[in-house]
Amino acid sequence: MIEVEELYFTYPNGVEALKGVSLVIKNGEFVAIMGQNGAGKTTLVKHFNGLLKPSKGTVRVDGVETTKTSVATLSRNAGFVFQNPDHQLFSETVEEEIAFALKNFGFEADVIEKRITWALNLLGLAQYRKTSPFLLSGGERKRVALASVLAWNPTMLILDEPTIGQDHQQKEKLRQFIVQMQTQGKTVVIVTHDVEFVAECNPRVVLMREGTIVADGEGREILTTPEVLAQSSIVLPQIAQVFMKLTPLGLPKNVIDVYDAKEIVLKALEKRRK
Amino acid sequence: MSVFDGLKFRRVYSPIHNLDPRMKFVYVCAVFVAAILFGEIIPLIALFLMPIPFVFLAGVQKEWLRSLRGAAFLAVFIFLVNIASNFFTSGYVLTAVAVETSAAMTLRFVVLVESFSVFFLTTSPDHLGLALEQTRVPYEFAFAFTTAVRFVPVLAEEAQTIMDAQKARGLELEKGGFLKRIRNYVPVLIPLIVSAIRRSLELAEAMESRAWGATKKRTNLYALKLHRGDFALLAITIGLLAVAIYVRLYVPVPTISQFL
Repeated sequence: MIEVEELYFTYPNGVEALKGVSLVIKNGEFVAIMGQNGAGKTTLVKHFNGLLKPSKGTVRVDGVETTKTSVATLSRNAGFVFQNPDHQLFSETVEEEIAFALKNFGFEADVIEKRITWALNLLGLAQYRKTSPFLLSGGERKRVALASVLAWNPTMLILDEPTIGQDHQQKEKLRQFIVQMQTQGKTVVIVTHDVEFVAECNPRVVLMREGTIVADGEGREILTTPEVLAQSSIVLPQIAQVFMKLTPLGLPKNVIDVYDAKEIVLKALEKRRK
Repeated sequence: MSVFDGLKFRRVYSPIHNLDPRMKFVYVCAVFVAAILFGEIIPLIALFLMPIPFVFLAGVQKEWLRSLRGAAFLAVFIFLVNIASNFFTSGYVLTAVAVETSAAMTLRFVVLVESFSVFFLTTSPDHLGLALEQTRVPYEFAFAFTTAVRFVPVLAEEAQTIMDAQKARGLELEKGGFLKRIRNYVPVLIPLIVSAIRRSLELAEAMESRAWGATKKRTNLYALKLHRGDFALLAITIGLLAVAIYVRLYVPVPTISQFL
């Protein structure tokens, strides 16, 4: 559980990135943090594993204040995957890349071996085990970075812009993967601009603007309220836009899911035929 | 890193920022020469005080002080080495003259640092590049130089992100003995180098697709021109050099220890 209370954060160069953020993320929740560039999304999640410490206010992870412990200790439970995989890949093979964190956390050699195989299979990277990560495509490098974090099986997963550079199929796989994490009771926090991806996942949405939280609630509600989204320069998901135009026909307006949309439209057509 | 902070340019407008970079450079060189001419403390104190009005005119006091703080460690080191060598060579006695000479040597270093700091704090990379071009340095070199200067903060920021990413994977940079600590930086350095190379290749492609090097003779949107302020600075520079040379040749420079 993450408890953020009246969090303020100012970067050394004087930029005030967070101005009084309060937020509770319970275990097993799936949260999407959205907002325009510079809203403070990444700054906020960097507090969850202690990379940044509050200038004012507190951040507690499972009851422990992040100022009283180390990044390495917090990271054991909170796996953080950075936006750009090139900021972390350095090993000669994909296998070693994944082993890096496992060695840092002091896993036994035979466990490391098993974990690597498990993570590679999970993300469809088994054929690249002995390949240099630098020879892989952008999307594949991103998955290697994800695998290297998943390998130590953290209870919480923080993904910074996971959909950038992924084709639609990979995004769908990522979505299924997050659902799978959820069924295992893991907490998943994503930071993203990708409104369509969020619409498909329908998580709890936390909307940020200029270092503060402007909305916090169910995705279905927030993503279908244009006035709220406009504050953060986010456009409605396409399905919501269509349904917004269809309200004169008596259709509901808070629809963001393709399958829900299909059901509703079919039902309406059925009614008309009668 | 604080030394570099003292060299980082921020875009502000002041009479000093608007001066021609070539003139500023000539002035800094003149201070440099004058500092080398004198080993006595009194003229060095005068040289130390000279850039201070410029600093206030440009409004860069904070950054300037930071660069001096960054140089403090080396300054103390220079002072101690001078004192020690004097102490051992003069038969294990510590004289007032020895302290004064050591202080003068240290001050000479500080004068060099402070004047270069003022120069870099008030001169934008663009201006510097223009100045290089207009002094007939081939454009390729001028461009490489300004690009290098411009990318230092970008790389520094990137290094910080990489360190964060590796820390999030359980890397503890401060852990272990001396050799282990150096090895700890491998996971930071490799991504940094790889991304710097990748970035430079991308930059090269982007430059070429914008017709970089298409013509032999390139025109500039801005041209540096000398204004009244620049001539005033030139006059100050010549005056400084003339006084320094005259004093050096014809006036015996007193030392403080003579008065004690």
